[in-house]
Order: sequence, then structure tokens, then C-alpha cells
Amino acid sequence: MKQAVEKSFRKRFKETRALYWFVVPSLIFYILFKYYPIYGSQIAFRDYSPYLGFWNSPWVGLAHFQRFFDSPDFWNIIRNTLAINLANLLFGFPFPIILAIMLNQLTNQKFKKVVQTVTYAPYFISVVVMVGMLYTMLSPYSGVINVIIKAFGGEPVYFMAERSLYIPIFVISDIWQKCGWNAVVYIAALSSVSAELHEAATVDGANRLHRIWHIDLPCILPTIITMLILSAGQLLTLGFEKSYLMQNSINLGISEVISTYTYKRGLQGGDFSYASAIEMFQSAINFLILVLVNQISKKLGDTALW
Amino acid sequence: MMLKRKTRADAIFDTINVILLVLIMILILYPLYFSLIASFSSPNAVYQGRVIFLPADLTLNGYKKIMSDAAIWTGYLNSIIYTVAGTAANLIFTIPLAFALSRKEFPLGGVYMKLMVFTMYFYGGIIPLYFVVKQMGLLNSIWALILPTLVATYNLIIARSFFIGSIPEDLKEAAFLDGCGYIRFFFLVALPLSKALVAVMALFYAARHWNGYFEALIYLQDERKFPLQLVLRTILIESQNALAAGDDATSVADKQELVDLLKYGAVIVSSVPMLIFYPFVQKYFVKGVMIGAVKG
Repeated sequence: MKQAVEKSFRKRFKETRALYWFVVPSLIFYILFKYYPIYGSQIAFRDYSPYLGFWNSPWVGLAHFQRFFDSPDFWNIIRNTLAINLANLLFGFPFPIILAIMLNQLTNQKFKKVVQTVTYAPYFISVVVMVGMLYTMLSPYSGVINVIIKAFGGEPVYFMAERSLYIPIFVISDIWQKCGWNAVVYIAALSSVSAELHEAATVDGANRLHRIWHIDLPCILPTIITMLILSAGQLLTLGFEKSYLMQNSINLGISEVISTYTYKRGLQGGDFSYASAIEMFQSAINFLILVLVNQISKKLGDTALW
Repeated sequence: MMLKRKTRADAIFDTINVILLVLIMILILYPLYFSLIASFSSPNAVYQGRVIFLPADLTLNGYKKIMSDAAIWTGYLNSIIYTVAGTAANLIFTIPLAFALSRKEFPLGGVYMKLMVFTMYFYGGIIPLYFVVKQMGLLNSIWALILPTLVATYNLIIARSFFIGSIPEDLKEAAFLDGCGYIRFFFLVALPLSKALVAVMALFYAARHWNGYFEALIYLQDERKFPLQLVLRTILIESQNALAAGDDATSVADKQELVDLLKYGAVIVSSVPMLIFYPFVQKYFVKGVMIGAVKG
């Protein structure tokens, strides 16, 4: 029950003082490792010089941003990052939803648990191992796929060195690794769909497919939209680890993305201000897309992050 | 009770559903199964494509080679240390924080939460973070792998929703009448009720420490401090890329022979800890933790 008289802020502060033992250490963490770097990203507007130091390097305004926009690499890495992310979204997004619905239809709980255990497994495999397996399974000499191709008299394909196959391999291996894991959220959402709705529909003669389409999907739609908005806010972000491992000198034209490019130019090449400008550009565009998609979603329906 | 009136259409649906799920499981398991049988086969048999369903030319040479490979074992030990210490630090910071922020009566709690969630969508980037780590003198030490990732905001959100959903206000009031303060209430009442949460958080964080390599790649220079994943990267990826890049064929071939011998075993040995850990925690994924996240 809500208290009749709202306690004053001061009184509540005093009563909950002890909680600061739990909060202050983490606040220090957020200030040092999250907010201080945001403040430090002003290096993008300076021209970093190791002799003058981080805080004494001269201001140069938007020069590094201009340099990035004028660079021949600009369109290339933006296009690669967007293309891989969009392909991932387009093909990777529906699979976990379908898997969750299929799992939800199972009546045998033991079998359901087995399927879940198996589909989660790849998520707990490291990216290094996963990409290592890609190399071995797709090897032109000994890879299983090529053994099969050769058995049917075909020419072996050098998958990992074929530019046009880079995105399909990236997306399919992503689905392999994350489909089961990403289904967890939808399984949780489906488990809270009311059983009465299903019973009523069954009495009215609805079969499985009808009920999935008219009951399950509408019920988990808010979850789907939330996940979609969150993915949209990451359109210019593609994790470093997998891209960096899948890169080789042949596929670089398609595999170089923002995260690997900033690593090479900044941390490896020492062009810190330039790399930081690119990261800031990325962060700003991501944020814009997130706000935009959230607004659109708010207009169209009633699901929104804020 | 559910009506037991299974129509013909439903029976067909069930059959197709089960068949498809079995196919999906085969597709998911095969690469892992292949690595397992290849690790017990001679590299020659693998190379000739004779290892498809069963191991061929059974041998333990790969594992023997791994046992005597100093780099792998140093990496293994390092990874264990980083994972155990890192996960412990993650839990010590995340769980009490999530508990505090789940208390409605905590003034400013909402503000702190918003400030933390904001950093998920707006970040300074890796370059300034690298300078912070460098400035603090953490480069090339275990602290560089632990401190910058102490709290993962996504995990914080999940943990907070869990506490909101599972620690009712009545419980707190009863405990406070008995003379509990927040600290005692957390350790004696809330924490024991949150074993599912602790297990899931431990798994999430441990998987990140065990499987990740980015932090180690940028912060560590000393090879003796490299975690297992960086060692594996050399074995599994760089040797393959040397081939792809068309380097001198004979020098690659020598290295290749050694790599071929131990790569599958290395895959198995490095993946086993996580693969035996997660099924124990799995039952909490949906019911215990994610429900709160879906609603929250």
C-alpha cells in the first residue's frame, strides 16, 4: 500500500544511506571507465601528439572528421558495416523467433530441454574457435563441404578467400552461433501467453497454425519490436572480434568494418585522433538511428523504449 | 486441463515440427562433432576427407602434442585466473548495485540507472578508454582485463528486474521490523533468494572472460600473460591466413603440419569448460531471469 504521506526526499535519503555502500563503487567505475572516456573523446577534435600529451595536444576542430569523410576508405567501411549488419538483421532476426515458436509447440518437456541445450551450445563457444572451425570445415583441401563437392565431381571452392561469399558465411555462422541464445527472450515472452486464450481458440476449432498466427505472434509482438529497435540502434556497430578473425588480405575490401579500421588506424597505427573521430561519428549515427526508429515505432504502435 | 482433441492437422504439424528441430540440432552439433572426431584422427585422414562420420586412423598424438605445448598450458592457466578473478569482481560489483537500484524507496536510484543505461548507447570509444587504462598504469596487467569491464550494463538491467520481481516489499518490511538494515537484509535474505540470478550472472560474465580476446589483444603485450584465446588465434587462424595469403608454400607447410596435429584437440580442450558449465545453469535462463527482462 502506498503511504498516505509521501516521505520527504531528505528523510528517504537518510533511511537508505546504507545502500550507498552498494552504489558508490560502481558509480566510480562508471565515471572512470564510461564517462571519463566520453570526456576524453574530445581527442577527436585535437591533433594528438605523443610529445604534448593527451590533454595538451592542439585543437583542430573538425579536421579529422573532414579527413575521414574525404578518405577513400570512408564509403568502403561504412558500406561494409551497414551491408553486413543489414544482412544479419534481415536473415538473422527471424530465426530465433521461429525457433522459439517451434519450441513452444513441443509437448514433450524432455525433448524440449534437449533442443534448448543443443541450440544454446554454440553461444558458449568462443569466436576464435568458431572462426577456426569455419576455416577447417570450409578448407578447399580437407573441409567437409569441399569433400562433398569433390565427391560429386565438382571443383573445390576456396570459401574463405571468395569475396562474394564473405557476407553469407558471416551471416550463416552468426545464425549458427546465436540463434538458440537469441530465442531465449522470445521463449520467455511466449511462456507468459495465457493458456486460456489457447484453450478457448481450440474449442472454437482453431488449429496449431491459426493459434500461432493469431495468439502467439501478437502476444510477443512487443518483444519483437523492442529487439528490433535495439538492433537498429547498433546498425553502424559490428563487433571487432569476429570481423578481425575472418579478415585476410583477399577479402579486406568487403571485411574491413569500422571497428577493425579504427583498431588498425588508431591503436596499431598511432593515428589516435582520427580513429577517435570515426568512433564518435559511429556513436552519434547509432544514437540518431535509435531515436529515429523509436519515434517511428511510437507513432505506428505503442511499443517504444521510452 | 487442456482439451485432448488432437486433430489430423495438428498431428502433421507436430511431426514436421519435431523433424525440423532434429535437423536443426544436427546442423548445430555437426561442426562440434566433427572437431571431436577429427581430434582423435590422424591429420592425414582428415586431410583426405576420410573423417566425416567416424574418426579414422585413431590416434592420441594431437592431445599428446597439446599436453607438451607450453603456450597452450600457460594460456589455459592465465584464462582460468582471468575468468575466476574477473567473474568474482563482476559479481561483487553488479549484484549489490542491482539490488540497491531495485529499491523503489532509494532516492536518485532512477537517476543513477538512467546514467548507467545511457552508456550503452553513447560511449567514448575504444581510443579514449585505452588512454584511461594507460594513464592508470594498468597496461599489460590483469587489472586491464578486469577493471574496465566490471559492470556490464545489460547484465545490470537483468539483475535489477530480477530483484524487482522476486524480492517483494512485504519481505523487506518484515525483515526491517526484525531489526535488519539494508546490508543485513541483502546478505541474509535477498542474496539467498537469488541463487538463480547469481548462477546466470556468473555464467554470462565467465563466458565473456573465457571466450573474449579483444581486451587481451589491446592491453597485454607480454606473451606469457596471453589468455588461451590469443594462443588459439595463432594456432587456428593465423596459420590458415598464411595459406590464404599465398605465403611461401614450404615454410607454411612445416608449420601447417604441427598446427594440423593439434588444432582440433585445442578446439575441444578450450571449449569443454563452458560447455559443461552452462547446462547446469540453463534451467534458470527462461523462468528465473529473462521473464523479468522481457517485462522490465
